[in-house]
Amino acid sequence: MTLAEKILARASGRTSVSPDEIVVASVDLALSHENADLVRKSFAEIGVPKVWDADRIVIILDHRVPAESEKTAATHKAIRGFVREQDIDNFYDVGRGGICHQVLAENGHVLPGMVVVGTDSHTTTHGAFGAFAAGIGATEMAGVWTEGQLWFKVPHTIRIEVEGELDEWISAKDLILYIIGKLGSAGADYRAVEFDGPVIRNMSIAGRMVLANLSMEMGAKVAFTPVDDKLLHYLAHRISNDLPMNPRYAPDPDAHYERVLTINASTELKEPQIACPHAVDNVRPLSEVAGLAVNQAVLGSCTNGRLEDFEVAARIVDGHSVHPRTRLIVIPASQEIYLEAMRLGYIQTLVMAGAMVNPPGCGPCVGVHQGILASGEVCISSTNRNFIGRMGSKDSRVYLASPAVVAASAIAGSITHPANIGVQEVA
Amino acid sequence: MNTESLILRGRIAAKLGDNIDTDIIYPGRYLNVTDREKTPEHLFELTYPEIRGLIHAGDFILAGKNFGCGSSREQAAAALKFSNVGAVIAVSFARIFFRNSINLGLPAIVSEKAVERLEAGDELLIDLTAGTIQKVGDEALIAAAPLDPRATELLAGGGLIPYLKKKYAAV
Repeated sequence: MTLAEKILARASGRTSVSPDEIVVASVDLALSHENADLVRKSFAEIGVPKVWDADRIVIILDHRVPAESEKTAATHKAIRGFVREQDIDNFYDVGRGGICHQVLAENGHVLPGMVVVGTDSHTTTHGAFGAFAAGIGATEMAGVWTEGQLWFKVPHTIRIEVEGELDEWISAKDLILYIIGKLGSAGADYRAVEFDGPVIRNMSIAGRMVLANLSMEMGAKVAFTPVDDKLLHYLAHRISNDLPMNPRYAPDPDAHYERVLTINASTELKEPQIACPHAVDNVRPLSEVAGLAVNQAVLGSCTNGRLEDFEVAARIVDGHSVHPRTRLIVIPASQEIYLEAMRLGYIQTLVMAGAMVNPPGCGPCVGVHQGILASGEVCISSTNRNFIGRMGSKDSRVYLASPAVVAASAIAGSITHPANIGVQEVA
Repeated sequence: MNTESLILRGRIAAKLGDNIDTDIIYPGRYLNVTDREKTPEHLFELTYPEIRGLIHAGDFILAGKNFGCGSSREQAAAALKFSNVGAVIAVSFARIFFRNSINLGLPAIVSEKAVERLEAGDELLIDLTAGTIQKVGDEALIAAAPLDPRATELLAGGGLIPYLKKKYAAV
């Protein structure tokens, strides 16, 4: 069985399952953000007094933090009341967490083999921890809060082997944009994706989270990177108890794949990749859009707001200033990353270069606040979507790129290869 | 089971292209609207605001591939449902939108042929159980992908909330 099949078999109490079968799986973890308010309303309509298991529900405010309007303040307030009433202890309020996917990971909520559902499409991120993690809607989540289970069609699996190595300035973001460009925005629709190969094995946990996170943008139901020593080491520092499940979840050697795709990163990925407006699969090598003037550069989001993203950005902007006609907005994905980035001096370097720091959260990625674009404006962003009007005006344009390209472009004032910015050698 | 709700009649209010994403259907800036009844105010607001005026109760939206790709926001399906859209017919749907749609009691019908052959303004008769779409006045039946029995049950009962309400009422 593939990883997806194995986990669904376990969660549905079966010895094996096959693609296209429908199974009812028990849910190990249920994640929501501000839309917990929608879930709460549906849950109230169902009429069951108590949630199935308060300890398996995590609620993290991130989409509009701190509240940008009275309406949102009321939503936050209602959620605070609900978590108290339902004894939901895993609640991360304003200033206590950050972006839900980062906070869930940092706090060791996700373990290999779990079934995780979240009322956020980027819940696929948690496949980097060996979990079957899928996005669902609010009403469906109300059903999970009621029953602790959900039906799934067992997905077919696409395996993606990445060989070779990533050149300097080529990151996990470039790799996954390249793959999305190849497969298309529906190329993995309803599918599970398994990433493996030397490039993935060498990749940081943060990088693997980028792959799993953005697999959603090619339609994936779930996406996995390998459960290996590196992951178990990451988890060991973050969980207080022993791993409750088989920590060595891996696909069987004879697992059946719908498709196996092999990518040689050394030969195929010679340049950073850019997703151009207005689709994430509209991917081109950087040289095709280099020189395009940018009004705003955004570093952050559940895709690329992690410590290594701040490290590379700080390294690039160090000793430079953000271009006079460009603004750079940086958003650490969590309080923990914010603190670490301060301790290591990344935040200071970025601020000295002229960056504005937003509080940990989704920031302008979802088009609500903290960096909305005017008509005609162009933004280079490390975020995950470039749909029409995603970050503001329907006549603005968002180009998605790696943190390094975002930082370099902020300095140059136009889309620029990081190698073109004089970067100080690391001692 | 209420089989009446599995026979639909209406007109195609609009025909859209491929990859109609959730930001097009319902912009992210309005996600703090948590009353489903108020979501229609922002349906297609940024890109196709004119469609709102074209929808009469029971009308259909016709679209290409990957309808509803992007966010898990339920407001996208809710805005269609509470605008009284009778069903969305598309070549394919993104998975979260599809589930949201069925859970809210809004039929999401997969039919490549329908999208090839039909245009805005056409009046249709749809039989969800049989999986057929018929243009009123035409004899030919256009095939739609059969709905999963679970989805049929949810649609017939008006969605997931009424289904669970009934299931747990006795407990």
